[in-house]
Amino acid sequence: MGWALMALVTLGLLATIVLQILYKTEVDTIGFETWRPVVYAYVLWGVAIGIGQVLTRGEDGQRALFLLPALLFTIAMVIFPTLFGFYIALTDWNLSSFSGRRFNGLDNFWQMLADPYYRNALINMVLYVLAVLVEYVVAFGLALLLNAQIRARKFFRVVFLMPLMLSPVAVSWMIGKSLMEYRFGPAATLARHLGWEDPAFFSNPITARISIMLLDAWTFIPFMMIMLLAGLQAMSREVLEAARVDGATAWQTFWQVTFPLMLPVSVTAVILRIIFKLKLADIIITVTSGGPGGATDSVSSFIYREYRDRSNVGYGTMLAMAYLVIIVVFVTWLLKFASRFVRNVN
Amino acid sequence: MSVQTTDYVASEIRSPASFVASRVFIYGALACWGFICLFPIYWTITTSFKTAVDVTQGHLIPFVDFQPDWKGWRSLGLSPDSIFQTSTVRDEFLKRFMNSVITSVGASSLAIIIGSLAAYGLTRYRYHFAWFKNEDISFFFLSQLILPPVVLALPFLVLYREVGLLDTRIGLILLYTLMVLPIVIWIMRDQFNSIPVELEEAALVDGLSIWGAFFRIVMPIALPGMVAAFILAMVLCWNEYFFAALLTSTDAKTIPVMVASQTGSQGINWWSMAALATAAIAPLAVIGIALERYLIMGMTAGAVK
Repeated sequence: MGWALMALVTLGLLATIVLQILYKTEVDTIGFETWRPVVYAYVLWGVAIGIGQVLTRGEDGQRALFLLPALLFTIAMVIFPTLFGFYIALTDWNLSSFSGRRFNGLDNFWQMLADPYYRNALINMVLYVLAVLVEYVVAFGLALLLNAQIRARKFFRVVFLMPLMLSPVAVSWMIGKSLMEYRFGPAATLARHLGWEDPAFFSNPITARISIMLLDAWTFIPFMMIMLLAGLQAMSREVLEAARVDGATAWQTFWQVTFPLMLPVSVTAVILRIIFKLKLADIIITVTSGGPGGATDSVSSFIYREYRDRSNVGYGTMLAMAYLVIIVVFVTWLLKFASRFVRNVN
Repeated sequence: MSVQTTDYVASEIRSPASFVASRVFIYGALACWGFICLFPIYWTITTSFKTAVDVTQGHLIPFVDFQPDWKGWRSLGLSPDSIFQTSTVRDEFLKRFMNSVITSVGASSLAIIIGSLAAYGLTRYRYHFAWFKNEDISFFFLSQLILPPVVLALPFLVLYREVGLLDTRIGLILLYTLMVLPIVIWIMRDQFNSIPVELEEAALVDGLSIWGAFFRIVMPIALPGMVAAFILAMVLCWNEYFFAALLTSTDAKTIPVMVASQTGSQGINWWSMAALATAAIAPLAVIGIALERYLIMGMTAGAVK
C-alpha cells in the first residue's frame, strides 16, 4: 500500500519532468506553459513520500516525518539551484537579449581571472573582514561596560541593541546620504570643527572604505556585543573573586582570567560575524553603489551591479560561484584554525 | 559570610577617588555609545519634520532651531491634513508595507514550523538517510548559513522566471524561509536539548503518540524559544534587501526596496526620504523595545555552554 503509493508518485513526478523537458525542447506538443506544475508535482511528491513513510515504516516513519519537510525544502531550494548555477556559469546568457543562452565553456572563467574589478572587490572583502577585529574590540568593551555594576542596565542594553534591529538600507541611507552629507550633514560639520577641512566621506577611496566599514560596524557591533555579554554573565563569580583575593589588578584580572575564559565565546562571535560580513552588500548598494570607481565594492554588490547594468546572468553567476568556492575554503580553514587556536590557548 | 562581604567591598572601593573616576568613565562611555546608537535615529525622525531650508542649514533641535512641519509626511500622504484624502503615494507605501509584513511573517512562520520539527527530530532520534547520520544532517542545515545570497540570487532569478514565481510574494517567502532556516534550527536545537527527555518518555508511557507528545508536552515548554527564533527571523526578513531588489519589480516590492529606489533623478527629497525611512524602521524599533528579552535569548542560543 505505502510502497505502491511512493512508487506511483515518484513515477508521476518523473513523468511530469520528462514531459515538460520534451515540451520545452519542442520534441512533443503536450506540456505546460511554465515549469510551475513541476513545482506542484514536487510538493505532491513530498507529501506522498511522507504518508508513505508512515504507512510502510510505522513508528520509524513518524520519526522521519519530523525531518522530512525541512530536508526536502532545503534540498529543493539549495542543491538544485546551486547545480543549475554551475551550469549557468558556463554559458553566455544575456537576459535582455533574445538570443538566449549559449554554452561557452570556460570563457567566463578566463574573463573573470582578467577582471580587475572583481579582483578589487575580493581585496575589499579582505579589508572588510579584517575590520571585524576592530568591531570585536569595541563590542568586547561595550559588553564589559554593560556587565559592570551600573544602573539602568536594561535601558542601555535596549539602546545598544537598537542599530541591529533597524533596516540597514533605511538607516544607511539616512546616515550615509544625509548625516554624512558633504555640505550640511552634522557629521561633516562636526568633522570640520575637529579640523578636517574637506570632510568628503565618500569621494576618496580610502575614506569611502572606512565610512562603509563604520556604517556596517554600527549595525553589527550589537550582535557581537550581546553574545560576548552572555559569555561574561555566564562566567563564574568565584574565579573573578579568587583573582581579586589574590591581589590581581583589574588589568591583570582581565588578561589572565576574563579574556582566556571568554575565548570560546569570542571565537564563535567573530566567526559568525565574519560569515555575515561575507554577505555584505545592501549598505554599499544604497550608499555608494560601489563608488568611487569601485573602491568600496564588495563581491556581492559588484555582482549585483554587473547584473543590473549588463543583465549578464552567465558571467555574474560565474563570479558568484567562484566566490562561493573561495568562501567555503576560507570558512573551513577558519573553523579548523579557530578550534586549534582555542585548544592551544586553553 | 560577613568576612567575604567586607573583603569584596574593600577591594571594590580601593580609594574613593579612583571609584568616582571609574564611575565617571563607565557612565561617560555608556552615554557616548548611547549617543552614537540613537543620534542617527533621532536625525531620521526629526528630518522627516523639516523643510528644505532646515535640512540644508543643518538645523538639529525641533522648536529651538526650526519649526516642525508635516512636509515629509504629507508627501507620503500620512500627515494629519492629508490622511483622509486619496493619495497614490500612500497607497503605494501601504502596498509595500503589506508586502513586507506578509513576506516576513509568512517566511518566519514557515521556517519556525519546519525548523522546529527538524530540530526536534535531530535532538531526539537517530537518523540514517543513506550514509548520512544526524551530525551530517545538522551540518548540512547549518552550513546553509555561509551561503551568500549572491550565489543563489541569479539562478533563482532564472528559475523563478521559468516557474512564474518572479515578482511574487510566495517566491520571496520561500527564499526568506531558506535564509532563516539555519538560524531557527540552531536556536530550536538548543531549546529542545535543554528539555529533559524523561518528560516525553512519561508521556509515551501514558499512551500519547510521538507526535502527540511533541505537541502536547514539548511544544508548550519550548514556546519561549520559538518566540525568540520567530522574532529574530522576522527582523532578518524585514530588513532583507538583496533578494527583494533582484527578484521583485512591481507587485511584490518590499519596504527596503522602496526606500532604496527613492533616489530620483530630480535631486533628493530629504524630508520624504526621512519620513519613509522612519516608517520603515518604526515597526522593528517597537518590536525591539518590547521584545528585547526574546531577541537576546535568540541571539545567545548555543553561544554559551
